[in-house]
Amino acid sequence: MLGLNKRDTSFLIIVILLTMFTPFLMQPFSEGSAMAQFNGGYPDLMAKVAIFGIFAMGFNILFGLTGYLSFGHAAFLGVGSYSAVWMFKLLTLNVFPAIILSVIVAGLFSLLIGYISLRRSGIYFSILTLAMAEMSYRLAYSVFTPLTNGETGLQLRPGDPRILDAADASRYPNLFGLELSTSYKLEVLNHVFTFNVGFYFCAVIAIIAFYLTLRIFRSPFGMMLRAVKSNQNRMSFTGLNPRPYTLAAFVISGMYAGLAGGLLAVMDPLAGAERMQWTVGGEVVIMTILGGAGTLLGPVLGAGAIKYLENIFSKINETVLHSWFSFMPDGMEDVVVSFFAFFTGKGWALTLGLMFMLVVTFLPGGLVEGGQRIWNKIRRKKPDTPNNNPAE
Amino acid sequence: MSILEVENIGKRFGGLKALDNVNLSIKEGTVHALIGPNGAGKSTLLNVLVGKLVPDTGSVMFDGQSVLGRAPHEINQMGISRVFQTPEIFGDLSVMENMMIPCFAKRDGSFRMHALERMMDEKQIVASAEEMLVEMNMIDKREMHAAAMSRGDKRRLEIGMCLAQQPRLLLLDEPTAGMARADTNNTIDLLRQISEERDITIVIIEHDMHVVFSLAQRITVLAQGTPLVEDTPDNIKGHPKVREAYLGETAV
Amino acid sequence: MDVIILQLLNGLDKGSAYALIALGLTLIFGTLGVVNFAHGALFMIGAFCAVTLQKVLNISSEAIDPTKTDFLGNPLVVKTPYVVNWFGPETGALIIDWSVPLALLVAVPIMILVGFIMERGLIKHFYHRPHADQILVTFGLAIVMQELIKQGFGANAIPTGAPDAFKGSYDFGNLLGFDPNVIIYPYWRMIYFAFSAIVIGAVFAFLRFTTFGMVVRAGMADRETVGLLGINIDKRFTIMFGIAAAVAGIAGVMYAPINSPNYHMGMDFLVLSFVVVVVGGMGSLPGAVLAGFMLGILESFASMNEVKNIFPGIDQIIIYLTAIIILLVRPRGLMGKRGVMED
Repeated sequence: MLGLNKRDTSFLIIVILLTMFTPFLMQPFSEGSAMAQFNGGYPDLMAKVAIFGIFAMGFNILFGLTGYLSFGHAAFLGVGSYSAVWMFKLLTLNVFPAIILSVIVAGLFSLLIGYISLRRSGIYFSILTLAMAEMSYRLAYSVFTPLTNGETGLQLRPGDPRILDAADASRYPNLFGLELSTSYKLEVLNHVFTFNVGFYFCAVIAIIAFYLTLRIFRSPFGMMLRAVKSNQNRMSFTGLNPRPYTLAAFVISGMYAGLAGGLLAVMDPLAGAERMQWTVGGEVVIMTILGGAGTLLGPVLGAGAIKYLENIFSKINETVLHSWFSFMPDGMEDVVVSFFAFFTGKGWALTLGLMFMLVVTFLPGGLVEGGQRIWNKIRRKKPDTPNNNPAE
Repeated sequence: MSILEVENIGKRFGGLKALDNVNLSIKEGTVHALIGPNGAGKSTLLNVLVGKLVPDTGSVMFDGQSVLGRAPHEINQMGISRVFQTPEIFGDLSVMENMMIPCFAKRDGSFRMHALERMMDEKQIVASAEEMLVEMNMIDKREMHAAAMSRGDKRRLEIGMCLAQQPRLLLLDEPTAGMARADTNNTIDLLRQISEERDITIVIIEHDMHVVFSLAQRITVLAQGTPLVEDTPDNIKGHPKVREAYLGETAV
Repeated sequence: MDVIILQLLNGLDKGSAYALIALGLTLIFGTLGVVNFAHGALFMIGAFCAVTLQKVLNISSEAIDPTKTDFLGNPLVVKTPYVVNWFGPETGALIIDWSVPLALLVAVPIMILVGFIMERGLIKHFYHRPHADQILVTFGLAIVMQELIKQGFGANAIPTGAPDAFKGSYDFGNLLGFDPNVIIYPYWRMIYFAFSAIVIGAVFAFLRFTTFGMVVRAGMADRETVGLLGINIDKRFTIMFGIAAAVAGIAGVMYAPINSPNYHMGMDFLVLSFVVVVVGGMGSLPGAVLAGFMLGILESFASMNEVKNIFPGIDQIIIYLTAIIILLVRPRGLMGKRGVMED
């Protein structure tokens, strides 16, 4: 179906089902219970998972397949956001023109940056992308203020022309009139499930993006990208110039990043330069590696895990910790609380950094490799059977 | 008629003359061996032929066209393939994928973006890759991780990948280095078969004289960056200059 | 002319910092072959050594002075730093005043220790892993270090003063025959420049004139051969890592009075110093120093109004722009060797 073999089709169907039922899956605990704080079924969070999932999927096409480590992809995310907000301001608040423009502009921008950066490889490539991203970020803050509105960030204003919109049209990003912030709440057995238009919009786009990624992974082009990573020397002695392949991968991943940036603007029509900082590009690197670079599902898992944990960890402040450990004797409670407080609440970034270091050191294949190892142990299968399809 | 004409090639590395006034003419359809002691410039010459190095002087004509100044992939597209001293294959890919890549390159030229096409629809590519694997006697290993194979198998795969492009000139850099005797003999048989059955010219660098004398129709002896003699194997065997270059014996 | 001299001087202190960090990065890269994304964090930790020492020296005993009251009428609590109690008011005050230079004494052993722990505990497991993995794990470490400092010292910058003796500025205008007050340059920045020059000189002298340095340089050129000679190169490389960490650390200590230390200064300097290393030529020590000063001065000139009027925003991007151009037209950098780290 859809140009996929049986295994991939069922894989895609599972992913679609998981995505569609996210509002249930991320809301496993009943309202008012002690565990309710671990629920993640807020539209905002779920949409972020989908959006960063797209970002990481795209990044993975470049890094996971060709091995080129870019630290500059935040620039494309930022450009995508700016383009979308401009579309909202000038033409219409309908989301489709906005994200289409995001993808196109990010694509062109990545073509430019990729063309320059890909003249070098290895660490030089990484540093070139780093320098490019940092330069874009600084330009967005300074010279391009008329386009980016500098530090304040680009936002919607009542006086925006929006020439395609009727005078009485919605003042928020919408899908042909249906506002993305519209939510339906469903209460079952003391659980509250929220179905939000914005989330489902992002989810459908993410599924399309995933499908395209799947096709690229299985295509001859995907094989060529893996060949680039494996042995560039043999590649050019087989009559193939590696550069068009890497450039194509770079542009595709830039377009995914632009799409993600556009969707961020769709969910919250505000674009700021801090989205272009290289550390944001570092975040997508972390997501991809944590989930499993070069695998299909890894980057999405990584994005989901990080966004979910970020949300949960940030909420666990000392008060919450005290309520958890109140069963302990006083002195011990304080010690335990202050220990955990180090890693939770504002300490989330510390936990993330540690987690990332551990994964890079002990589990270079990320969560997906971890899952496979456990699975192999359960089935008592020897792990040496070569995996020719890049792992799911 | 000669397919490769090398004229007056010179190459210096700092103060070292790696190649000095090299002239070489390779006849189409022959197996031509380059021999010489270590440091004679054999590998440098090969690197010049495939575009990895640019010589300081001279010209290299392949089938009437200059190869100098072209990128390695362009030279390959002209019909020159190369087998390396340590097998250069796509270690992370399966054997079948390794073989499909040159088939794609043969059909599509340098770059085509088949991003949304399905591998299984490429029937013609799959068929020719499988055919080549059968010929290389490794069809049973098609799903294997290429990096996990033995050195002999990697070598055969690499030769097969080169042949899949149907090159007119095949360059081999010490194809039997580090191989056991049995593997070496298999490789000799394979190369002989290739040279007899295909319309191909082979240039081989080799230290193992057994291999050289079993295969070559012409032999060029290089020493200190210059060709000493070029002749048939029989004449080379007893040539005094060759003995001198190899063994340091002074000519009688 | 006076403006040019002023900008030249302004460029020197930033250039000194770039050069010192880039020097350490190059030492680590050249000897261990490791791309250390945590090097900026080492610079930051150095700066926080100065902050900590200043705080520690200011730890005070509290005594109630019954003869005085504060503005609410309560008895006045008088705080006296222990240092003052121990050494008397004059010496005590002097010690507190000189906390930044004194921090050098503390920072060197601490940084060497941090360097050893980092190399033995983490980096050595990554010698045979791809460069991408090295970048990633040290990037993670940089985040961890930065967050630890953030939790310990808060998110705000902490002003850390230079000794009073160096607080003023020197009027170069007067000296060079321009109008007074046209070229004024803070004493501490002069000290920073002189200090960097001494450190850089010391590192070079150490590498050139000691047996240890000779072995390390040989190892940088050809690690395998040196290993074959039976010399335990790994141990020396560990020590080299400690030295590189110490150089970054003391660069941070002395930088504290110039820019109040904050937790993200490491990341800010990291990107810049990598750019410096690349411009100088990966693996070339003189290249790193040269490029550090060059880019510092270039940045300073780009921030002149005359230049900014012609190229708006150029001061923000000049360093990156230079790096991109150099990488494209001369991939080896100013003084780099061919083919280093190409794959």
